[in-house]
Amino acid sequence: MKLLKYLFVGFLFGIVLTKTEAVSWYRIYEMFHFQSFHMFGIIGTAIATGFIGIQIIKRKKLTGIDGQPIEILDKENGSLRYWLGGTMFGLGWALVGACPGPIFILLGAGFYNVAFVLLGALVGTFLYGLIKYKLPH
Amino acid sequence: MEFITHTWHWSISGFLIGMVMLVLIYFGKTFGMSSNLRSLCAMTGVGRFVPFFDWDWKEQRWNLIVVLGAMIGGFIAVHFLHNAANVTINPKTIEQLRLLGIEEPNGKLLPNALFNNSSPRIIILLIIGGFLIGFGSRYAGGCTSGHAISGLSNLQIPSLKAVIGFFIGGLIMAHFLLPLIF
Repeated sequence: MKLLKYLFVGFLFGIVLTKTEAVSWYRIYEMFHFQSFHMFGIIGTAIATGFIGIQIIKRKKLTGIDGQPIEILDKENGSLRYWLGGTMFGLGWALVGACPGPIFILLGAGFYNVAFVLLGALVGTFLYGLIKYKLPH
Repeated sequence: MEFITHTWHWSISGFLIGMVMLVLIYFGKTFGMSSNLRSLCAMTGVGRFVPFFDWDWKEQRWNLIVVLGAMIGGFIAVHFLHNAANVTINPKTIEQLRLLGIEEPNGKLLPNALFNNSSPRIIILLIIGGFLIGFGSRYAGGCTSGHAISGLSNLQIPSLKAVIGFFIGGLIMAHFLLPLIF
């Protein structure tokens, strides 16, 4: 039962991303060609909403569902991993037009060939885990 | 019903995605989809051989439930809340794609040229794309949800680097590589 709330949050996320076409290959292509404001509007509004919420949480020292003060961890410092990993991710994102969230959403919606993308993503994740300590971060 | 079946305005969905992130923070979690790929790898037991996957993935079970919910949401949205008459991709984009041999959307989310095509060449492309996404997101420590949304809204410099990287890679693919591939 404790996990049911996560099912609901995910359900909302899946509906929203599909209904706004953020899961559409065409929308991602259009975004990378700067031919529509749509995707930039979605990401920008999400960041603005998140920014305001996080500021309220931090300034009012709000507590979470468990009654403890909410703690938001900073990302690890580093440079190369973000530039190189980010660029690799971008190459894949613009090719298949889906990032990890949409990969799962599209599979759920019945686009079965997306399973090849998921397979590749799992292999990529595994290979990273295998050679992590040899890579510059 | 039109406001449901038509494409949702970017401001409404952007706001709701921001709220999804905040609700997860309120639950004591973080919004990030690519970590589920790591959990799925760890579930197979490869942690015995690869230390990166040697951790208790059950701690991340909540995130897999989010994914399950998202899959159900995608199913409902495509099969019950979708009106194909209202997909408005820029006509210039459609013309460019036609020249590459990719058909116009006509209400579809994915081109058949890529996702309804059993040619081995296309299937290998999908696997390579997925590979770059999986490897890149773990190397960078997050994807669109973890860096572009969670990270930037918390003013994280590492996330800004990652997101600039996403766009460097995306622009190279969309402008230089896709025309070579198709």
